[in-house]
Amino acid sequence: MKDKYVKRVDLIFEKVECRKILEKIMKMEPDAICQEVLESDLKGRGGAGFPTGMKWRFAAQEKEPVKYIVCNADEGEPGTFKDREILDRVPEKVFCGMAVAARAVGAKNGYVYLRGEYKFLIPKLKEHLHIFHQLVEEFNLNFRVHIRLGSGAYICGEESALFESLEGKRGEPRNKPPYPTTSGLFNKPTAVNNVETLVHSVMIMKYGASHFRELGTKDSRGSKVFSVSGDTPKAGIYELELGMSVNEFVEEFGDGDTKSVQVGGASGFCVPRKKFEETIIGFEGVPTGGSMKLFNSTRSMYNVLHNYLDFFSEESCGQCTPCRVGCQQLLKGVEAVKRGDKNSRYLDELVKLAKTMKRASKCGLGQSVGNAFGSIVENFKEEIIY
Amino acid sequence: MVNLSINGMQVKVPEGTTILEAAKKLNFRIPVLCHHDDLCVAGNCRVCVVEQLGGKALLAACATPVNEGMQILTNSLKVRSARKHVIELLLSEHNADCTKCYKNGKCELQDLSNEFSVGDHLLLDLIDLKNYTIDRFSPSIQKDDSKCIRCQRCVRTCEQLQGVNALTVAHKGDRMKISTFEDLSMAEVICTNCGQCINRCPTGALVERTYLDEVWDAILDPKKHVVVQTAPAVRVGLGEELGLEPGNRVTGKMVATLKRLGFDSVLDTDFTADLTIMEEGTELLTRLKGALVDRDPGVALPMTTSCSPGWVKFIEHTFPEFLPNVSSCKSPQQMFGALAKTYYAHVRKLDPRDVVSVSIMPCTAKKYEANRPEMRSSGYKDVDYVLTTRELARMIKQAGVDFNKLKEDKYDSIMGTSTGAGVIFGATGGVMEAALRTAYEIVTGREVPFDGLNIMHVRGVEGVRMASILIEDCKEEWSFLNGVELKCAVAHGLVNARTLMNSVKRGEINVHFIEVMACPGGCLGGGGQPIPTNEEIRKKRTEAIYAEDMSMKIRKSHENPEVIGVYKEFLGEPLGHKSHELLHTHYTERVRY
Repeated sequence: MKDKYVKRVDLIFEKVECRKILEKIMKMEPDAICQEVLESDLKGRGGAGFPTGMKWRFAAQEKEPVKYIVCNADEGEPGTFKDREILDRVPEKVFCGMAVAARAVGAKNGYVYLRGEYKFLIPKLKEHLHIFHQLVEEFNLNFRVHIRLGSGAYICGEESALFESLEGKRGEPRNKPPYPTTSGLFNKPTAVNNVETLVHSVMIMKYGASHFRELGTKDSRGSKVFSVSGDTPKAGIYELELGMSVNEFVEEFGDGDTKSVQVGGASGFCVPRKKFEETIIGFEGVPTGGSMKLFNSTRSMYNVLHNYLDFFSEESCGQCTPCRVGCQQLLKGVEAVKRGDKNSRYLDELVKLAKTMKRASKCGLGQSVGNAFGSIVENFKEEIIY
Repeated sequence: MVNLSINGMQVKVPEGTTILEAAKKLNFRIPVLCHHDDLCVAGNCRVCVVEQLGGKALLAACATPVNEGMQILTNSLKVRSARKHVIELLLSEHNADCTKCYKNGKCELQDLSNEFSVGDHLLLDLIDLKNYTIDRFSPSIQKDDSKCIRCQRCVRTCEQLQGVNALTVAHKGDRMKISTFEDLSMAEVICTNCGQCINRCPTGALVERTYLDEVWDAILDPKKHVVVQTAPAVRVGLGEELGLEPGNRVTGKMVATLKRLGFDSVLDTDFTADLTIMEEGTELLTRLKGALVDRDPGVALPMTTSCSPGWVKFIEHTFPEFLPNVSSCKSPQQMFGALAKTYYAHVRKLDPRDVVSVSIMPCTAKKYEANRPEMRSSGYKDVDYVLTTRELARMIKQAGVDFNKLKEDKYDSIMGTSTGAGVIFGATGGVMEAALRTAYEIVTGREVPFDGLNIMHVRGVEGVRMASILIEDCKEEWSFLNGVELKCAVAHGLVNARTLMNSVKRGEINVHFIEVMACPGGCLGGGGQPIPTNEEIRKKRTEAIYAEDMSMKIRKSHENPEVIGVYKEFLGEPLGHKSHELLHTHYTERVRY
């Protein structure tokens, strides 16, 4: 095992000639594009990990003539900042990825839903968009991309809340089914993909599915851009091969005193030191949208948990009961235990409540609050109580 | 068709059916809070979650369509635990002062809390009452956010049924609340006071402003002569609040009860409904003459009805350019009030100062209407207090009257005689039908050419309905109407009213007369009627209204002997000087944003 190491990859930020990609996809049948992406085993890089090729094929198979491509650039997960870097350094590849998706799905319009705080990127994006539109015209690809700005709500990163927001409504998740590929933006079939996913699709078009599959593991193919932060001497953005263990990751990025790693941000899991070795970063272990936060022994896990719960209490859209009230109960609950107003057994009640939130919440937000809560309480119970 | 199993029992349902509906077919009731038959699916309270075998997450039964081969459990361990949690969570942010609450015993959250025996407060109490004040500024609707469970039924009602959008969702997370524009009071925002939100609120967050104590005080004051009028729709709704099935007519029992409660005179709004037909019918014919004979471009057509105060306030906000089109007639309630303190007081030799006029209405907007400054043409407040059907039921319970055992009684006179035409004011299309019965006969001297006087074209449940009637062989003074096809449109529910008025505005619809009722189904579905409401219940009330019409000896307004009497003894003629003074009003353009 000693010879394993964290392999750096340079695919996402590699400069490509979009013209060549467009040339290639215009020669391919739309379904062949879906097939290629499907064979690559690319899974959504926003965190949920739905197979991208399958998503595109579902949207492509819909009879409705009007379809949309949406690029989810509402990067809001605490501790992720990789999409910002991608949009800043290779915006042309993001648009190109949208064109690949549009060709595969048969969409004529695409939207970039940009996080409100990334407003500063707009002049640059518009500049590149202008060039991109000229390029697609050259290839007779009937596809236009529009940029829309979010207003700072975390929930709008959830795909159906994102659609509501794009439609000019209050950002609240919809009931599923119907899924976006059937009824998404403006109730039309929509393929919504993360920024990084779209760029990966460009690289799959360039090098082929097999090249992509060479990296990673059976369940987690390819590479992934990680946002590394917290107690690390090397905070920053790294594209790494998937499939490493948390231990390997910590050896590379830790400060020698790493107590735990929060994989996947506030909605992800907390991995304690004793589980570093056995935990794989990827869909077979703990999946992540890119956020990797390291905590050393100076950190109180109570504070970490409190911070997350505070965040969720504010960022729940407030629509469904388990999420809106559950987040507040978890927050006030750990506070009460810490103060001694409730005894330690109350934590068990809260764990049960978190399970209900996971099962009964309407969308991914409420369903994932229990991830951080459960894993921190389970592994650092003492720090929560005393 | 889709096959699935629920709790191990097979069921076959059409595609698109929700799990909730499919379970109902097998007689499994799944509890709901945010779901309402009249509204679109929300799926946000999560109390209806069920388990799908093999599935990770629980499914909201109200929002999830069935799939082939689905195996659903509605009462598994996971479901029970989640459901109990959801109820506990809702209670933890709810001001559960149940015994003091206006909705005590009629609260859906309370019922669920009972069913699931959520007694021991497991979770923390999140609500801090210091942060809440009850909005009592509106004369119609009282809003108490501390009772709100954020199910958004009110928001969907205001948006989808009424198109008013007075209520909306504001903020997110722990601050999320049901709010108004700029969080202003219900009295300050564009609200039509229709009270449809109250009809659908599962808790005590939205209730009517009650004037029960004031009415009791008046009744128990020996110096006061208290007159009560009852609107047409009350007699087909009241029974529901007192343990009867929807669709029961309780006119006689209601009259008997009101007498026992101590009202000095029990009279009928239907009488002034008939009077409204005389005034409004004449107004329509006068407008038609102005337009067709005098070619007066100042005559506003189509003329719209004005009996629904929700509709009147809506048009004042939304279509002020159509204000000249609104009939200048006061609503039957207000006509009654104006006559109670003039004609009635005169005949009964009472000092109008001692007359207290109370109305029982299916409506909350009537409370606002009675408070309009222009509604004092008698020199006094025409209608002093307005009670809803629900408030009357409460009054009956307070007085300990055994309603269902009472013998039927008759309205007092004067102003207590009515016709079938007055009764059908309570249903959508009713005013139109009553007006046509009279106007056609005035003009031609013949009864309307429909079987049994029933004008089926204007009845029904569609949001907007159109009808026309060809006028031929007119009496001499109306000969200008010979060959005219009188065209009418009927709308109920303000979202439909908006559609209709926009079509009129764009010139797509060309009619002479428009009836609009603010509430779905007309007054019988009003915001003051018994809760719950849904299309089925409203249908039963509608049937009862038309049955009441059929049971009346006189079914045309102009044949009401007391109406003939009031013109002879007091008013003179329709649209005459006195009528203008007492029975007609004007409207005000209001803010549009």
